[in-house]
Amino acid sequence: MARYGLLIGFFILMGVFALVLDRMGSGEYNPRDIPTEFIGKIAPGINVPELYDPSKMVKASDMQGQVWLFNVWGTWCPECWREHKFLNELSKKGIPIVGLNWRDDASEAKKMLDRMGNPFVKIGFDPDSSVAMDWGVYGAPETFVINAEGIVVAKHAGGITPTVWLEKFAKHFQPAQSSTAINNGTL
Amino acid sequence: MKAFKIVMILTFLVSAFSLQAKIETREFANAQMEEDYASLVLELRCLVCQNQSLSDSNAELAVDMRTKVYKMLSEGKTKAEIADFMVARYGDFVLYRPPVKSSTFLLWFGPLIFIVIAAFIVFSFIRRQSNEKPDIGEQDQKKAHSLLDDK
Repeated sequence: MARYGLLIGFFILMGVFALVLDRMGSGEYNPRDIPTEFIGKIAPGINVPELYDPSKMVKASDMQGQVWLFNVWGTWCPECWREHKFLNELSKKGIPIVGLNWRDDASEAKKMLDRMGNPFVKIGFDPDSSVAMDWGVYGAPETFVINAEGIVVAKHAGGITPTVWLEKFAKHFQPAQSSTAINNGTL
Repeated sequence: MKAFKIVMILTFLVSAFSLQAKIETREFANAQMEEDYASLVLELRCLVCQNQSLSDSNAELAVDMRTKVYKMLSEGKTKAEIADFMVARYGDFVLYRPPVKSSTFLLWFGPLIFIVIAAFIVFSFIRRQSNEKPDIGEQDQKKAHSLLDDK
């Protein structure tokens, strides 16, 4: 009887492992995920030069009054290439995305945007992580949702996919914007 | 063979230099600042290689964070101010010794709780074993005694 108990216990444990692995596969329980400190707080500033026009400063306050995405990316980041197509889709549907080109080479960054399209309304250039650190960024891609009052309402570490968009981000945007973006065959 | 040895030695020398090049050198205004820097980069965790401190890590973000720590110390910020700056952005996670509070309770006392549970299980197991009287009939006992006495 004790032997059967052990076997049953083993199968229960296996079941738990399988469940957690499955949930981790769908993006939950990520042990490397660091919860952001900024949800519900005023978004930090950006205040770095624009990638295409270094004489202009990119400021978070420029986006006041609209819900927008703040996306941290770099040409060195394969996951950023992967999510780029979806960012293009979102931008076509009128979602304003401010980019932060992080720890990158300006000419490489421009080359990538020439090749893959530019979904950003403006792009901050942050070669020494000053903005990244202010936003508590620890990897790329990372994306924040900032509401019309300038408050951070959501954040995702890792690439934005239609699933992530639906589960975490869509609810913060106007229904018209968020639903058209996912009905366009991107799912 | 000799040529091979020389090539090997040169390879090691070159690789040693390339390792050296990754660690940045810093100038400190005084011994206190150097000490503060050394202790801060040990206390702060690298967020990319999460089992390394800032001082261990060569991740690019860790390099930038070390530079930030250095800059803030040069501006006359205290250790506590710099730690607060990092915690405000990265949370308690960035500290190798997070403060004791409700969200970190399990982290601090979890091992203790597990020891108590384990001790309880072991204790009850031992007690159950010592309470179990061997079920031997009188006849068998006599037989056992006689067998033992024979020797």
